[in-house]
Amino acid sequence: MIQVVCIKQVADTETRVKVAADGKSLDPAGVTWIVNPYDEFAVEQALRVKEKDGGELIAVSLGPAGVQTALRGVLALGADRAVHLRHDGPALDALALSRVLAEAIQPLGASLVWLGKQAVDDDAAQVGPMLATLLGLPCVSVAAAFDLADGTATVEREIEGGREVIAVALPAVITTDKGLNEPRYASLKGIMAAKKKPIEERPAAGGEATLEVVSMSLPPPRGAGRIVGEGPAAVPELVRLLREEARVI
Amino acid sequence: MSVLVFIEQRDGRVRPVSREALGEATRLAAALGGPVVGVCAAASDPDVAALGEAGAERVLLAAHARFAHYDGEGYAAAVEAAVRLVQPRAVLFAGSAMGKDLAPRVAARLGVGLASDCTHVDTAGGDLTATRPIFAGKAVQKVRFPKSPALLLLRPKIFAAVSKGGTRATVEPLALELSGPARERVLRVAAAAGGKVDLTESEIIVSGGRGLKGPEHFAIIEELAKSLGATVGASRAVVDAGWRPHHDQVGQTGKTVSPKLYVAVGISGAIQHLAGMSSSRCIVAINKDPEAPIFKVADYGVVGDLFEIVPALTAEVEKLNAHA
Repeated sequence: MIQVVCIKQVADTETRVKVAADGKSLDPAGVTWIVNPYDEFAVEQALRVKEKDGGELIAVSLGPAGVQTALRGVLALGADRAVHLRHDGPALDALALSRVLAEAIQPLGASLVWLGKQAVDDDAAQVGPMLATLLGLPCVSVAAAFDLADGTATVEREIEGGREVIAVALPAVITTDKGLNEPRYASLKGIMAAKKKPIEERPAAGGEATLEVVSMSLPPPRGAGRIVGEGPAAVPELVRLLREEARVI
Repeated sequence: MSVLVFIEQRDGRVRPVSREALGEATRLAAALGGPVVGVCAAASDPDVAALGEAGAERVLLAAHARFAHYDGEGYAAAVEAAVRLVQPRAVLFAGSAMGKDLAPRVAARLGVGLASDCTHVDTAGGDLTATRPIFAGKAVQKVRFPKSPALLLLRPKIFAAVSKGGTRATVEPLALELSGPARERVLRVAAAAGGKVDLTESEIIVSGGRGLKGPEHFAIIEELAKSLGATVGASRAVVDAGWRPHHDQVGQTGKTVSPKLYVAVGISGAIQHLAGMSSSRCIVAINKDPEAPIFKVADYGVVGDLFEIVPALTAEVEKLNAHA
C-alpha cells in the first residue's frame, strides 16, 4: 500500500509575530521553523499503518529550500522518500496549493493521503477537503481516532457536542487532529538512515490565485485592564463589575 | 446580488450558528442589493420556512435519503447546485465542524476562493473584503476574492442573528442527482457526556491551567462553570499533562474562542494561549502571580490563591442566581 503524507513548514507556536515590509506576510527574521504540529499526527498515523500493512510512505511538501529540513525530519521518522515542490514566491492560497498537490499526488496511486487538519500559520483548514475533491477521493477531516480493516477506515471526528463515527473505503484523504496518537521522536538510527533517503525536488508553479491577501496587521492591543483586588475579598466587587460594568453575567 | 447561506441542521433541527450566518447575510445583502437565499440539505424538512424570521427570503431544500447524517460529498453537491441556480455574490457557512469540512469542498468544486474563520466582512465599493485572525489571533489578515462567488466561513459567536418576527421564507425543492450510497458513511454519532456545549459556541468559558496543581482540582472549575452556565476549557500545559482531554484546549494548537466572558484560572498566559482567547469580549484572570502575562489581556484581575478565590466566586454567583 502506498501512502502520502503532506507536511507544511510553519513558524514555531512560540513566535512573536511581526509583519514583513510588504504589509501582507510574516516577517521571517528570527523565526524558528517547525513541522506544523497537526501534521505530526498525520505522519505518526501513516507510520503506524505502514508498520502494520507495509508499503511505501511518501512525504510531500511545498515551499522554499528550507522545507527540505522538515522533509528530512519525516524521513528520519520512517517515511521512505520525499517530494519537494519547490516554491519561492509569496504563499499560495489554499486552492492554488491544493491544485499543485493534487497534480503531484495523483500519479502516485496512494491508498491513503494524510494531512494535518490545519496549519497553525494561516489557520485556513482547507487543503485536506480541497485536495480530496480535486483528486476525486472521499475525505474525513479532523480525525481523532482511526482504525483500518479490510480496506475500510473507521474514523472518529469531533463535532459540537459529540463525535461522528465515519466509515470510508480506501483510497481516501484523512486530516488529523491533536489527540489522534502520540507522535514518536526520531531515533539516531532513523536520523542516520534519512541522510541516504531520496528527496526529489521539482519546481512548482503557482497557477491562478483565488484569494488575495490585502493586508496583514497585528490586532489592536486590548485596553489595559485592572486588578480588582487580592484574594476572596475582591470577589463581590468582581461580580459587581461583571454585572454592572461589563454586563456579561 | 444575492447572498447564499448554507443552513446547517442536525437531527432535524437548524443549528443556531446558521441564524448568525443568516444575520450577516442580511446585512451583506442590504449593502449589495439582493435577497438572502438559504440552501439546506436534509433527509426531511427541518421547517426551513421558519428561517424567514432569521432573514432568509427563499430556502432551497435538497431532501435526500442520504442526508439523515452529514454527507460531505452529497452536501457539497447540493451547495454547488444552489450556487449554479442562484448565482450569488457570496456564500456564507457557519464555521462549525460541518461548515469547515463542507466549505473547502464547495470551493474546490467551483474553483473559487474561501476565507476561513472570518470575524468581519466589508462591502465598501461593492468589493467584498473579509477580515480573519491568523496565527490563532496573533495577527489579522484581510483578504479579497478575485473570483465570484466569494466563499466565507464565519467564526461562531461573532455575528448577530436578526429577528423578523413571524416572517416565513418560501421553500423550493432543489433537485439533486446522487449516484449510489455516500462514500463517507456516518455509522453513528456518539453524544458527549452531559450534552456539553462546544467551546467555540459557548457564551461563557472557565479555563483552568497548571495553577490547579492536579486534575482532581478541576472540580472547583467545574463548579464555577456550572454556576455560570459555562463550558470548561484548559491550557495546553494541562492537556499535554493528560489532566484534560484535547477538545478542552484553548490556544494555538487547540480552539480559538470568542465568548462574551472568559475566566482564566491558574493560567499564566503563554503566548499561544493568549492567541486563542484574546478576542473574548470580557476576560477575567485569577492568578497568584501579579506579573503573569494573563493580567495584560484581562479586563479584571484578582491576585491570590485560586483555591480560596474560585469557591468564593462560585458562592457569589450562586447567590446572584438565587435572586434572579
